[in-house]
Amino acid sequence: MPMELSRRSFLKGSLAAACATCASQVPLPASARSKSGQELATLIDIRKCVGCEACVEACREVNDFKYPEPEKPFPRMYPKRVKAADWSGEEGREVRDRLTPYNWLTIQWATVEVDGQETELSFPRRCMHCQNPPCADLCPWGAARKLKNGITVIHSDICLGGKKCQVVCPWDIPQRQTGVGLYLDILPSLAGNGVMYKCDRCYNRIADGEIPACIEQCPEDVQIIGPREDIVKEAHRLEREEGVYIYGETENGGTNTLYVSPVPYETLNQVISKGPGQPHFDKVADQMAHADNLAKAMLIAPLAGLAAAVGRVYKATKKLGDDTGDVS
Amino acid sequence: MTHETTLRAYIELRFFKPLYVILLFTMGLTGFGQMPIFKRYYIADIPGLGWLADFYATHTIHYIGAILFFGFFAYAAVVYFGLMRKRFQLTGAAYVRLAILAAIAVTGIFRVLKNLPDVVFSPLFTMVIDISHLAFMMFLVIAGVLFMVLKKGWLVEK
Repeated sequence: MPMELSRRSFLKGSLAAACATCASQVPLPASARSKSGQELATLIDIRKCVGCEACVEACREVNDFKYPEPEKPFPRMYPKRVKAADWSGEEGREVRDRLTPYNWLTIQWATVEVDGQETELSFPRRCMHCQNPPCADLCPWGAARKLKNGITVIHSDICLGGKKCQVVCPWDIPQRQTGVGLYLDILPSLAGNGVMYKCDRCYNRIADGEIPACIEQCPEDVQIIGPREDIVKEAHRLEREEGVYIYGETENGGTNTLYVSPVPYETLNQVISKGPGQPHFDKVADQMAHADNLAKAMLIAPLAGLAAAVGRVYKATKKLGDDTGDVS
Repeated sequence: MTHETTLRAYIELRFFKPLYVILLFTMGLTGFGQMPIFKRYYIADIPGLGWLADFYATHTIHYIGAILFFGFFAYAAVVYFGLMRKRFQLTGAAYVRLAILAAIAVTGIFRVLKNLPDVVFSPLFTMVIDISHLAFMMFLVIAGVLFMVLKKGWLVEK
């Protein structure tokens, strides 16, 4: 097993390196580099998107080597309520109007009124790369993890496909493919169900000093990438000077994907297609806030226990000295 | 001192064990609830147990359990060293349990730290912490069953 894992990892690493070398050599501009370890964020200007899907195609092309190649037939799974998720057929692989294990970026459309005129807006949707991602925090195996540069990735060699990351994700982003991954080597019928896939914001390209393919290939410069502080500043400038609305700055405690829109997100949210693989634009409270608050209580708990016990020992010792020898 | 007198003298002997067992059961249940198994295996379908399939609910209860556990062990340590040590001593089984509990607590603390905003551990360290936290809990369950069969408690009278 370890041999197989390391071989697979080696092949993937080699492919990633080869891909990075062969793909466009546009370097990550100095302005987009993380300064002093700060997280990188992207800003998506919905006003610029024309819905050409160049970003979708670029994503599919550069990440093709990461896509699942499941073994068939799938193992029989127990109990019967456990269903296979299979996008690996010819039709499944071609789906572009929602997120799938083979489509990590999708375009959503909305017909809304902008400055009194009916306007068709389009915008790319993918993983928001939360600053405190529930998928990575709550993954029981450490398969989903956040990198120091703010990218959240799911390690396909470790993920068992339990879908917890999708359940806890406020936008239901990760998508499952059955018949692939580590679960096949453990208890394929009884535990796990494949691997979860989602946008990894081209972490391998970023590591090589390049920018994500969706940003690089966009003919309209819809997205920019840079240190989060600068991205937030730019979003605020646009809000102040051009009256746009911001999404992602505070959602789920803050994400590393910010949108700016000419109309409020409530308006967009009413008209976009929502459902599996089609994320909403709802307001999202910080899903991990409970953990932050309870962590503080965890610091106080031993002190409270100590104080109660010291009182108890003092009282009992005093009583013992006073009279009976009974310490209750 | 008779057994009844001892129980009266050290009131903690009445509630330490049931509290420990309830806390440990709750922590084990909500800990295993972090894996997507209760829905798959119909356990969350049992009336009253639907919350076991809610990862945020089980996570919150797990944290609250950890808070109570830390408070409980701080209390127990002071009471043991301040009062009980005159009459009792910890058994070998207790030292084994404490060592495993300490390992669970340390790995759990790192999990809590990881879940804080702005705290990022390396992927390998995160994975080691995740899996070892689960593994130590399994060791504790095995040790608990073994000591129960062997009738090895925590304390023995001097």
